Amino acid sequence: MADKASDPPPIQRVSEGQLPDPETAREWLSTMTLIRRFEERAGEMYTRAKIGGFLHLAIGEEAAVLGGARALSDRDWLISTYRSHGHAIARGTSPDAVMAELFGRATGCSGGRGGSMHLFDLQRRFMGGWGIVGGNIPIGAGFGLASSYRGNDEVTLCVFGDGATNQGTFAETMNLSALWRLPVVFLVTNNRYGMGTAIERHSAVTDLTRKGEGFGVEGMRCDGMDVLNTFETVSEAVAIARSEQRPILVEAMTYRFRGHSIADPQRYRTAEQVAEWKERDPIDSFATRLIEKGLLDQAAVEQIDATALAAAEAAVSFADSSPEPEPDSLYDNIYALGGEVNGQLSSNSPAAKENG
Amino acid sequence: MSELRYREALGRGLREELLRDDSVFLMGQDIGIFDGAFKVTEGLLDEFGERRVRDTPISENSIVGLGVGSAMLGLRPVVELMTINFSLLAMDQIVNHAAHIRYMFGGAVSVPMVIRMPQGAGNQLGPTHSHCFEAIYQHIPGLLVATPSTPADALGLLKSAIRDDNPVIFIEHESLYSKRGEVPDGEHIVPFGKAAIRREGDDLTIVGISRMAVVAEQAAERLAAEHGISAEVIDPRTLRPLDMETILASVAKTNRCLVVEEGWPHGGVGSNIAALVQEHGFDDLDGPVLRVTGADLPMPYSRPLEQLAFPHEQQVVDGALRTIGRVTAG
Repeated sequence: MADKASDPPPIQRVSEGQLPDPETAREWLSTMTLIRRFEERAGEMYTRAKIGGFLHLAIGEEAAVLGGARALSDRDWLISTYRSHGHAIARGTSPDAVMAELFGRATGCSGGRGGSMHLFDLQRRFMGGWGIVGGNIPIGAGFGLASSYRGNDEVTLCVFGDGATNQGTFAETMNLSALWRLPVVFLVTNNRYGMGTAIERHSAVTDLTRKGEGFGVEGMRCDGMDVLNTFETVSEAVAIARSEQRPILVEAMTYRFRGHSIADPQRYRTAEQVAEWKERDPIDSFATRLIEKGLLDQAAVEQIDATALAAAEAAVSFADSSPEPEPDSLYDNIYALGGEVNGQLSSNSPAAKENG
Repeated sequence: MSELRYREALGRGLREELLRDDSVFLMGQDIGIFDGAFKVTEGLLDEFGERRVRDTPISENSIVGLGVGSAMLGLRPVVELMTINFSLLAMDQIVNHAAHIRYMFGGAVSVPMVIRMPQGAGNQLGPTHSHCFEAIYQHIPGLLVATPSTPADALGLLKSAIRDDNPVIFIEHESLYSKRGEVPDGEHIVPFGKAAIRREGDDLTIVGISRMAVVAEQAAERLAAEHGISAEVIDPRTLRPLDMETILASVAKTNRCLVVEEGWPHGGVGSNIAALVQEHGFDDLDGPVLRVTGADLPMPYSRPLEQLAFPHEQQVVDGALRTIGRVTAG
């Protein structure tokens, strides 16, 4: 069954695209490299039991992560899944705060309450980090509803995997978003497996761009191994969502090089298939392209990698030296206190304040 | 004071909050053009328009989810689920998301939303449409739970719920919508966590939940008239937070306690209150805390069977007599 998923469907490129300016190109390569090195270090820390619970790495999917995130402006919202280390970093959350969250420390971006699956950074409008497959889809549409209700021009990018398209919330939310013309781009990171079940075995319709159409949501596809193509496609979708106030579904064709989580023997796919996709490594291929086009030289690429390695190492040091949450903070933040019954928003609710 | 029906008091509360705060809006099935399955939202679409009063498709989990997302960005959605039975379809959004978001994201955001829905048996709707689920919702940290039993409380608690920064499960009762009661004119707010003493008494404390607070009050009148027993009736009004102070003070006076609820007995509201009374007021008790509850079964359709399966005045009178030792149990 694994061989059925070995041939990616043809990519429908919206344009061949111009490479961005050198500064932007460098930033894209730097951030994708940082995400890669960060996740490699996180994987090592997991095997050393510095990190508990589950650890879902997106190694191989960095172009889909960054290309989508860079299509947003600072005022837009991004909501992701339990595989979201890269989304947080792409949005600007410091690797230190992300690694500290994985370590469960008080300095983590969710105060050590969420862990790997529940990262959060309101200030950068990175809105999680959600552990239930499909659970984030209506919540992302709720962000779109808030933007629409207030009449501003913010757009939400709601990311989920191919497996989530089989959840009831996917169908319900596609319908509601089209019905209410919500400014949301739904980005399906199609890595061809819902955990260990190949897309041909979990979805009757494998062309995921079609899965929203019956609900009135137009579909687009991009090459999720190509950061430029992903950026261009999602940018086009975001522009439509913003100007026409309607949802778009974008399918990013990608692949995760590691298992579903660290504890995954990967019996559902062949080593050949993994190797074939690794030849299209989104970071190496982008670096090669930049060198070929003369935007960077080999030394610069090596310097970018060294910087990323150092940042990942610094994040581990920061996390490891950060304090555990105080025992007497166990019951903090279950409820918002202090703002009840007076019509005032809580002082602990900056989102409310910022937008209210 | 004005006399209003329970449904009219709820409608007044929604209208006042819609007028007061533009971030408040309503979502639910048939709440607009249809005026609401129980007519609570009658006239609100005409007055406030489709931006504020939104008819939704039948998609409970996602309707609640959209509410959660919009609340995280500072809106104050009031989601109406047609009945509490359908809230089971939205359990993921209510428990995994609405209730836990504030905690799991380290306090960075709140979810100021209200989920309104009626519960209750007595209308021959069978096993899937007759549930009482206050015990399920009171179990979950992160949620607040209100169970108003009078028109005045329906208004005052709803206004508190809408203004609260936490997700509130607001449980109405199908059999109370037409009940009339005095409601104060002008701004009327009932805070969460303050029980109401519906009737003062010395011989035993009866704690009644949701509609059973009304039934307990009626039973107390019969206990006085027919048995010379003086029962104190307490309606906690909210189950999270739960005003144990008022219940324990009453038990300290009466030394006897009976809890009446319409839901199932295993792990019910009464189980919880009985545990708390014995933990915190054991020395005040002259006998065990007893319960009168709904029958431990799926609700039957048959009218006579259904009437046997949830508490009425008579069962509460009998339960009270057992509680004070007038009648041997069983």
